Amino acid sequence: MDFLVGITVLLCYQLIGEVLVLLSGIPVPGPVVGMALLLLTLLARGKSAESLDGASTSLLSHLSLLFVPAGVGAMLHFQRIGSEWLPISVALVVSTLLTLVITALVMRSLLRLRSKGGEAND
Amino acid sequence: MTETGLSTLWVYLSASPLLGLIVTLLAYIVSYRLYEAANRNPLLNPVALAMLILMALLFVTDTPYSTYFEGAQFVHFLLGPATVALAVPLYQQFSKLRALWPVILASILIGVFVATLSAVGIAWLLGGTPETLLSLAPKSVTTPVAMGISETIGGLPSLTAVMVVVTGIIGAVFGTRIFDAMGIEQDDVRGIAMGVAAHGIGTARAFQVSHQMGAFSGLAMALSAMATALLLPWLLGMLGLVS
Repeated sequence: MDFLVGITVLLCYQLIGEVLVLLSGIPVPGPVVGMALLLLTLLARGKSAESLDGASTSLLSHLSLLFVPAGVGAMLHFQRIGSEWLPISVALVVSTLLTLVITALVMRSLLRLRSKGGEAND
Repeated sequence: MTETGLSTLWVYLSASPLLGLIVTLLAYIVSYRLYEAANRNPLLNPVALAMLILMALLFVTDTPYSTYFEGAQFVHFLLGPATVALAVPLYQQFSKLRALWPVILASILIGVFVATLSAVGIAWLLGGTPETLLSLAPKSVTTPVAMGISETIGGLPSLTAVMVVVTGIIGAVFGTRIFDAMGIEQDDVRGIAMGVAAHGIGTARAFQVSHQMGAFSGLAMALSAMATALLLPWLLGMLGLVS
């Protein structure tokens, strides 16, 4: 029963998110709005619920499975991927590695700056 | 069983969504077992393996993707509630997030700019067509969000979905190695970088490393999805790629 309650809560927040996006026209996808609203609800409530924790843990523990059907869609684009394999593959690999490295470097230096600033203020 | 019996059975099964759903689950379970048997070697990424198995299977049985997707859509659909579910680990780690939010926000924004501009720029330099460039732009954002963005800016949503999955696999395979090589050990920095670059697949990998890295990765994935959805149409407009 707990799982059922948890998943229903998640679906309801997704629905509220989708409806808000439709009504307001903001260019953010519904599930993201739903997530933000659920986070706000949990913060306002000051606690989570076992049913919700259980449902989200089971969904997130195999998050990568959920990407498989979209990935298989590659077969629809074999022709384009074949003729543009060089720009596509180089862009994907270099851009992803660059994003990993630069984001990590930026965050590390900002954290260092902050802790130095903190020491100076002390 | 007679041959007509068999072919009737095949006609029935191939028209039912049951088969597409079952092969998706089976391919993933087999891939995940292999991945665990290989001591979770990131090179044997379960998403990549499952994709290859399924594409081979569809190719051999001459099954169109649309037929397969009628069953697989039930798995695909769960991406929505799973995105909402990220609110829970976010809430659990909220005290750490609150203390760091200006740093996190700035890092994520810079990450979003690097992820989108470098992908579009590199593909443009190497002669990619405009549709390919637009489909690549939201590649670091989680699938349902990226497909929505792609549609808005005039890309091909189903091609974007593939780019997103491949991006996630690249991030999951190389992420922790790169952080090790760079000497980055903090779970918060690793998680944020992973979530910005490699969305849900990177986050799934991050949760295997530690709950804290997973929560930060989930946060970065959610915030970068929002930031990309808001900024990308404007950014591409400035570059003259969309009107």
